[in-house]
Amino acid sequence: MIKKDLVVIGGGAGGLAAAISAYDNGVKDILLLEREDHLGGILDQCIHNGFGLTTFKEELTGPEYADRFIKELKKRNIEYKLLTQVSKITKNKEVFYSNSDEGFVKVEAKAIILATGSYERTPGAIMVPGDRCSGVTTAGTAQKILNTTGYLVGKKVVILGSGDIGLIMARRLTLEGAKVICVAEIMPFSNGLNRNIVQCLQDFNIPLYLSTTVSNVIGKNRVEKVELSSVDENLKVIPGTAREIECDCLILSVGLLPQTTLLEEMGGVKFERNRGPSVDNNFELQIPGIFTCGNCLHVHDLVDFVSQEGLAAGKSAAEYIVNNKEEKDKLPVTAGGLMGYVVPNYVNKSAEELNFKFRVRKPTEKAFLYITQGDRLLKKQVLTLLLPSIMVEGKVKLTDLTNEPIEMRVDYE
Amino acid sequence: MKDIIIIGAGVTGALIARELSKYNLDVLVLEKESDVGNVTSSANSAIIHSGYDPKPGTLKAKLNVKGAALYPALCDELDVSYSMCGTLTIIDDESQWPIFKELLERSKENGVEMLSLSKEELLKLEPNITPNALGALYAKKAGIVNPFELVVNAMENAVDNGVTLHINEGVNDIKAKDNYFIVKTNKGEYETKVVINAAGLYSDKIASMVNDIDWHIIPRKGEYILLDHRTAGLVRRPIFPLPSEKGKGILVAPTTSGNYYLGPSSEPQEERDDYSTDSLTLGNIKTNASRLVPNIPYGDTIRVFAGLRATPSTHDFIIGPNGKYDNFINVAGIESPGLASSPAIAQYVVHDFVEKVLPLNKKDNFNPHIRKHIKIKLLNEEERNKLVKENPDYGRIVCNCEQVSLGELKDVLNRSVPPHSVKGMKRRTRAGFGRCQGGYCLGTVSFLLAEKYGIELTEVNYDNEGSNLIIEKIKKVNND
Amino acid sequence: MNKEFTCIVCPRGCHITVDEQNNVSGNFCPRGKNYVLKEMSAPERTLTSSIRITNRKNCVVSVKTSKPIPKGKIFEMMEVVNSLHAEAPVHVGDVVLHNPLGIDTDIVITKNIL
Repeated sequence: MIKKDLVVIGGGAGGLAAAISAYDNGVKDILLLEREDHLGGILDQCIHNGFGLTTFKEELTGPEYADRFIKELKKRNIEYKLLTQVSKITKNKEVFYSNSDEGFVKVEAKAIILATGSYERTPGAIMVPGDRCSGVTTAGTAQKILNTTGYLVGKKVVILGSGDIGLIMARRLTLEGAKVICVAEIMPFSNGLNRNIVQCLQDFNIPLYLSTTVSNVIGKNRVEKVELSSVDENLKVIPGTAREIECDCLILSVGLLPQTTLLEEMGGVKFERNRGPSVDNNFELQIPGIFTCGNCLHVHDLVDFVSQEGLAAGKSAAEYIVNNKEEKDKLPVTAGGLMGYVVPNYVNKSAEELNFKFRVRKPTEKAFLYITQGDRLLKKQVLTLLLPSIMVEGKVKLTDLTNEPIEMRVDYE
Repeated sequence: MKDIIIIGAGVTGALIARELSKYNLDVLVLEKESDVGNVTSSANSAIIHSGYDPKPGTLKAKLNVKGAALYPALCDELDVSYSMCGTLTIIDDESQWPIFKELLERSKENGVEMLSLSKEELLKLEPNITPNALGALYAKKAGIVNPFELVVNAMENAVDNGVTLHINEGVNDIKAKDNYFIVKTNKGEYETKVVINAAGLYSDKIASMVNDIDWHIIPRKGEYILLDHRTAGLVRRPIFPLPSEKGKGILVAPTTSGNYYLGPSSEPQEERDDYSTDSLTLGNIKTNASRLVPNIPYGDTIRVFAGLRATPSTHDFIIGPNGKYDNFINVAGIESPGLASSPAIAQYVVHDFVEKVLPLNKKDNFNPHIRKHIKIKLLNEEERNKLVKENPDYGRIVCNCEQVSLGELKDVLNRSVPPHSVKGMKRRTRAGFGRCQGGYCLGTVSFLLAEKYGIELTEVNYDNEGSNLIIEKIKKVNND
Repeated sequence: MNKEFTCIVCPRGCHITVDEQNNVSGNFCPRGKNYVLKEMSAPERTLTSSIRITNRKNCVVSVKTSKPIPKGKIFEMMEVVNSLHAEAPVHVGDVVLHNPLGIDTDIVITKNIL
């Protein structure tokens, strides 16, 4: 039987920061588990630059950004295992992992931090219609194949979805010799960052078709053609707008979803609208001693914010372990109006300040954020240029709290 | 000269091959696809119907009841996932009572035990079912099976017992001689004393190579929506609406792996190779499925797909000599309840038809079992650790969603009917079957296939020839 | 005629307008102003790509230009990158090729492959 103060599951941006922070806040007996053969998680395949502006005040590539944190982890001699998959966790904070050296191992931990990242929404999940041929793949898969093994999944490519990975891949594929014919986005706005539309599409004259979707995939063994159609305001295909485009590959960038299998199988966890678990302002689940951060909690726009969240979760876990700090009195935090979701979903009644993050559901020029408890307005703030692709951060002072929920709401007036 | 050539390695061909492998015969199975069970046998409802439904007196009725009874022992021998979970046929409209009573009568005629459940009894069995249900027919002996395992393992067992399997080999022509046939394929020519035509969607084409036939196959498409196993206990057994002239209707059913599917639709079509799905049909499936189970978690959808049933123009299985040729045996039109019937079909074909034209001498060394599959996910800690000590690859999980180890992938590659494609690997091991649909394990699977067959990554196919996943290696160095 | 830009310096992606007198508006921070002025005169981008690692199977390592390069030189630089390869081990910061196009920019490894 192995005992550890803290087990961190996942060695990507969130897990690395969480382990480092827990260490710096007094927990030395840490084990970090990573399923890949390297630390850094998905950053390993994000070889483009633009990471770290907030954290390091310079532009780094994904692997370089990861390397900074990996060095910090190693400096602290924090124990980690690669090629190690966690297959189960329990509410008693047992972690079962498996690798080829040790077999199946049970660890009893005082606290667990889950930093398992996200996975891509697949062609099946969005029910892409048409032939079931090869050559339809997700942007992240195409990225991993291209950037770590040096192979192209297509040479004449249509991209469906304008999420950031799709935009980034449009540029990467073009640079590496493929022709990216267009990017189609079903929404009337892009889900990617503006800067990526400029430097990944406009720089290479790749058209972005908004309110457009793939209405049919045609091909026997591999994709031969896709049919694009315009959609109406209800996102339904408008008959008669279909046009066929010859291609050998359809890449999907239609969103990431929190990877929460371990929590689902453990049970007793509530999930929010964004499919991430409910947490309090310490990133702790309703089950004491289990914390989470990064994309498995909610999908982030920037890795810098994942790292910040990891640092905060690591600190909370350390306080739980060192001070036996356990919060019992929690108030719900709700999201309303244009707000798609909010993190956290609970706040400890003893908290003096609430740091929150949310996204809006549609682009909004100007709106107001209201934070209320019962009839009492805790904060009103004007917000401008809100986009679903951008996470909004903020904080509010908490005083004289009653037992009512804290309601957060974004509205036009 | 071969004794027997079986054309088609679907569930029927595979189980016939396995039945024949009990005897001293030289049997060759020809499969045009890159894998066994690649067409109708792998895109169906995977249900072992009890046999209450087919019209009494038909081959369907006779072979379904007999076939379903053979399943428990067969699945035990072949290490196939099977559960006798029963099926429920729901009535939710007063006007349906006459059909309900007719089905109950029919089940008695077919000799199948059926229970009539009240609404309360039904809701106790299936709490998530529609509150509009008035009652249900409960076929207790019906079940679900893993159809991929069934075909692969049956063929593996046949090959282990001496049968020869050629994949990627389609039949182009057959010439009838005095008392034998010449079978021409895309790869060669064979003489054989007996032909068994188990060519599914193409069985009429094959039959008409030697004979004018008075039947044909109508491909009938069934589209499906597959859900992840995230929601445990959505339904515990397949839930049917009352059947109509178009078939058994759209159902909500669990699979042996804990997933759920909704479907199938039922549309006759001309093409024998059109497996496309369309939004209208899928929408219709959702509407019908929600009528049976109101709160289906559509957010857990992981895949949509279509299968083609080989519907016979005669409305019953077509099993027997092809015209004047007693040594050319058709096994055609095996639509629902074909999967449930297939073990009985195999016995029927071998003992009622093959035995009349060839002497059957039992092998002394027939082994009815395949080497048991190790499924890490189903083992406890102690069992896993014992295994990892013997073979470290069983400790290395390569499919996160379905918890499949490297050891399991390597094991199937070393069996006598190994996968040649990513899809073949997925069917055998479930790697890539989960919510990320291979996003995580695709690399490992592709590398293993490339290594096993000594091919480049660009030559690794998802499915048949030409369905490669990767187009080009870039940044080649020298003689790369 | 006013010129419109989307700033790419940070994720905020400000919409910046430059009028005929070169007055810049719409930028949230000074970096935005610098960006559009540069973008109008001599736009630059950092190029990221990869090179093959010859002593590993199916492996490439990521590289970048040590500085942003003129936009017009991107495909020329890609040709240089495509002609390169390396042997593991390689480390973050290793220079694979010094100043290939004579524009004072190196090609640098961005990942450790040990």
